[in-house]
Amino acid sequence: MKLGGFLLLLSGWGIVVAALTLLHGGALSAFIVAGLAVEILGLVLVAKSHIPLREDNG
Amino acid sequence: MTPDTAENSRLAFALCLTFILMVPLAIAGLALINTGLGRSRSAAHAMTSSLCVISVAVLVYFAWGFAIQGYPDLTFFGGAGHGTDGMRSTFAPAAIAALLAFFSVALASLIPLGAASDRWRISAACASTVLFAGCIYPVYARLAWRQFLSPDVKLGLGHFFIDVGGSGVIQVTGGLTALSLAWLLGPRRGKYSSNGMPAAIPAHNGVFVVFGCMLAWIGWMGLNSASAILYAWLPIETSVLVAVNTTFSAMAAALTAAAITRIRFRKPDASLIANGWVGGLVASSAGCASLKPATAVLTGFVAGALVVLAIEFLEFTLKIDDPCGSVSVHAVAGIWGLLAVGIFSGGLGQLLAQLVGVATLLGFVLPLTYGLNWLLGRFIPHRVSVDGERQGLDLHELGADAYPEFAVHADEFMQR
Repeated sequence: MKLGGFLLLLSGWGIVVAALTLLHGGALSAFIVAGLAVEILGLVLVAKSHIPLREDNG
Repeated sequence: MTPDTAENSRLAFALCLTFILMVPLAIAGLALINTGLGRSRSAAHAMTSSLCVISVAVLVYFAWGFAIQGYPDLTFFGGAGHGTDGMRSTFAPAAIAALLAFFSVALASLIPLGAASDRWRISAACASTVLFAGCIYPVYARLAWRQFLSPDVKLGLGHFFIDVGGSGVIQVTGGLTALSLAWLLGPRRGKYSSNGMPAAIPAHNGVFVVFGCMLAWIGWMGLNSASAILYAWLPIETSVLVAVNTTFSAMAAALTAAAITRIRFRKPDASLIANGWVGGLVASSAGCASLKPATAVLTGFVAGALVVLAIEFLEFTLKIDDPCGSVSVHAVAGIWGLLAVGIFSGGLGQLLAQLVGVATLLGFVLPLTYGLNWLLGRFIPHRVSVDGERQGLDLHELGADAYPEFAVHADEFMQR
């Protein structure tokens, strides 16, 4: 899950960079937002993967 | 150059240098805040780590950081093949920008110390700072201020990414590194019980924390003013607006944090108000020269609320142990500061340009800093031993307590 999350983070950034290079106008805006949405999904996965399963550390 | 122009130029130089020399007060303030919010038995360790980390950051950045960042006329060791002579040969204006960059990287490098407080070894902190000041910070600064996101590239949106005072470059890069380290280190011993409830480990010195906030305020006004002149090429008269915006944002954020904690906990919480104050300063940086005073107040209101809510969300829901609230204060408030520029001062195109900058931070900087620190942890363990953590890092790593006269802990002594 952790690796998947980081891959989504990188993929989201890839979508944004590719959109900036290839697109213009409304499609560009849509793909920037879509790329960011993919990154947020990746961030959620990474965050969930770091929640300790057994919290007892005392 | 006419005599009047030369005089104005010297005045501008002197004023800009004065602003830059105020920035170390922000560094001192942040170090005090980190120390005050930690445990008394790790206080000397926190201050010593701060000194070591800023020293490593500045020297590494001098050695190759700003070569990566791409300052014109300045390459490795301050000059191409000339060692330290390079700085002398390019005294102004590149050198004055480099001076600001040294202090900026020092400020950014302190941010992870807050999240990793009470459990991060000094040697690992220094090694991690080499990666931060030598790679993470300059690479993003290059993208934001020189290449991909710089004013020369309009991103096909008719707008460019605005981050005048470094909400993204300084604060969010530091905040995301803090988040990576909090994840990699895990929570402090005893922070979470078996049912997942966090235990309160209170700040040991509230006076340090609040005094640190006041020092940070002065330093931030210098940082934002100098950045507006040097990076956004704004006239010196803009400094008044910059100082007003910085101040208003911090004050609105602190009051919001006070109101929220008063409503939720019946009494205002000193450490959360301090975090709100710094969150307001952080959020003000990106748009310090483009916001109006009223929108700076709005930026501060939202930043103060976000900081308090994010600290609770991270601690209770995500189980991230961030003793000084560094992730919420620097990453969350910093991202909000970047977005506030788009929302309050430029329309949809500007907001999209700001989103591209945020996407680069989350999609490129976070994986980079996490990956590098994870790799570093394979060679140099980040975390102190269980005994060291129980004993306190002052005795364990430094061999002496910060408060030997009155800090007596039963478990520090062997039974006779």
